[in-house]
Amino acid sequence: MITTKIEDRFKTEEYFINMGPQHPATHGVLRLILTIDGEIIKNVEPDLGYIHRSIEKMCERDSYQQIVHLTDRMDYLSAHINNEAVCLVVENALELEVPERVKVIRTILAELTRISSHALWWGVMGMDVGALTTFMYAFRDRELINDIFEETCGARLTMNYNIPGGLMFDIHPNFVKRVKDFIAEFKTKLPEYDTLLTNNVIFQKRTKGVGFLSREDAISFGTSGPVARGSGYSCDVRKHHPYSAYTKMDFKEVLRTAGDTLARYEVRIQEMWESVAMIESLIDNIPEGDYKVATKAVIKLPKGEFYQKVETARGELGVFVISKGDKSPYRLKFRSPGFSNLSALNKMIVGGKIGDLVAVSSTLDLVVPDIDR
Amino acid sequence: MTDLFTTYTGNILQMLLIALGYLTFFAVAGLLLVWLERRIAAFFQLRLGPNRVGPFGLMQTIADALKLVSKELTGTERADKFLYNLAPYFVIITALLALAVLPFSGQIQAFDINIGLFFLTAVSSVGVIGILLGGWSSNNKYALIGAMRSGVQTVSYELSVGLSLLTMVLLTGSLQLSQIIEVQKDGWLIVQGHIPAIIAFMIFMIAGTAETNRAPFDLVEAESELGAGFHTEYSGMKFAYFFLAEFINMFIISAIAVVVFFGGWLSPFGITDSIPWLGVFWFLGKTFLVIFLMMWFRWTFPRLRVDQLLTLEWKYLLPINLFNIVLMAVIIWLNLEIKF
Repeated sequence: MITTKIEDRFKTEEYFINMGPQHPATHGVLRLILTIDGEIIKNVEPDLGYIHRSIEKMCERDSYQQIVHLTDRMDYLSAHINNEAVCLVVENALELEVPERVKVIRTILAELTRISSHALWWGVMGMDVGALTTFMYAFRDRELINDIFEETCGARLTMNYNIPGGLMFDIHPNFVKRVKDFIAEFKTKLPEYDTLLTNNVIFQKRTKGVGFLSREDAISFGTSGPVARGSGYSCDVRKHHPYSAYTKMDFKEVLRTAGDTLARYEVRIQEMWESVAMIESLIDNIPEGDYKVATKAVIKLPKGEFYQKVETARGELGVFVISKGDKSPYRLKFRSPGFSNLSALNKMIVGGKIGDLVAVSSTLDLVVPDIDR
Repeated sequence: MTDLFTTYTGNILQMLLIALGYLTFFAVAGLLLVWLERRIAAFFQLRLGPNRVGPFGLMQTIADALKLVSKELTGTERADKFLYNLAPYFVIITALLALAVLPFSGQIQAFDINIGLFFLTAVSSVGVIGILLGGWSSNNKYALIGAMRSGVQTVSYELSVGLSLLTMVLLTGSLQLSQIIEVQKDGWLIVQGHIPAIIAFMIFMIAGTAETNRAPFDLVEAESELGAGFHTEYSGMKFAYFFLAEFINMFIISAIAVVVFFGGWLSPFGITDSIPWLGVFWFLGKTFLVIFLMMWFRWTFPRLRVDQLLTLEWKYLLPINLFNIVLMAVIIWLNLEIKF
């Protein structure tokens, strides 16, 4: 029988679409299962596990010195900060006091890492909303940081410069000069970011009011880092649980209350300025002294449970160690920022368009190896 | 007998030769524009661009084209084979048709019909059928979304292209391209029609960029959202057809802008009027400047979202355009055109 009711004849259906694991917007092997009605997103379900490498299990096999390099392979854009987290937990457990020099150098490098990570994010964010040129601008500035890293420790991305007890070797004699040169250069380049992208009308339209995350939701989903701070939740580990040289340093925690994509964007841009200021205050005050304290060749942590968290470029990275007194941990758990931040995606995007999904997932600054360990 | 031979066969031969000339131009211009885009993109992005194959990397696109020709033509299972194969031809033939009425100089124009401008807008809007067919028939959800967007976008922005050209037709009183250029011997139309002409030009550039599916209106193939949009499932030469047509369409939109707003093949202030063949140089030179403008857009602006795209057209461009036509009419009525 032919139905005559117009709703029946022109019935619409929701459909599924796979975004990823091979898709230009997911920056890695993340699979998002979308339920779409036309262009409007009804549901997003992240499907993980495509690059799970059992890092936590491998940690149970390795010595504490070896664990440090596994962390490079998690959130590779803040490799140095990940290394620091493991080193700090070991040092705290051994009650080892590292020299001031080590703390300051670690902090300078951590902030450089943060700038480089945020710069790359900015380039990719621009690319996701369709402005391809931002990517090249970001890489121009990021190269300078990578050059400093290369001269300091020989690696450009997976640095592995921290060891439990200090640093692998002392900084290069050029280090101070190069960092100063970079800071002077970067201060002239950072305003270009605003000219090219932030102040663009189309960009403002694409991000303002899009992907709203309230403060309550930001807390209940366990988000951290710039994602939570964009919603007005003060959660900077450097401020609330200071470690290394942050204990004595004066800096502002960047907060925005709007909770939308633009707010998260502004937090990261502003954090780059803050990092520049932090490096400027530290670079002339690197104390003299040793670059490490001697540890035993085989480090054995005392029996017990140890936890240390640090602020990576993406948020709060926690390292939880259960030790039975052996040379490797009984169990080691990483609390990665990307995983919790991704969980808020569904809340932020439902009701938006496909174009919004790309902009929103971009401000979450996802690094997939950090989500799948 | 010989009479028939000379007229009939001669005509066909002449037509074939002209067609061959245009096809050659089509291919060369397409490849050159691809090269140009890559070089200009590199210029904006602090890169060098292709510079290894041939002088200034000019042979790079030819090498790429040869690679595309030699590639296997793949397709999806359960695709609508007939429509899938037909779609690229729709796109490329409409682009080629539009080329036929463009006046490269006073002498070089394949056919100068009295509804030239109308023909151009009509033909350039048939191309969207190819995109719709391609997206629909390839049995891929991403391609389908791209095709849907393309339909919405092209139908909307066609209005603005047509209306902004109509504004200028008020000034010329003719749709024939040679006559439109003839009128401009007293000053280019963008000068003659001053304020409304400048508004019309800006609207034409925005809508023209949208018609050719280029950034910031490249929602049809938005690679960060849809992979490659409507031509996701095309490979080899069929993909190259879509790719080439995009660049030729950009050339056509720029050429229309030059003919209607910047005096076509006329030289500025008539400095080379005594040498007619230089018209080709002026025409291509001005077209290149407009193309550069479009490439500048592409490598600077982020992409709009689909609802913002429609808001821009229906809430802003269309009302402004209608008002602009009235303004132009008033200006002509009061004899306020600027003529030299």
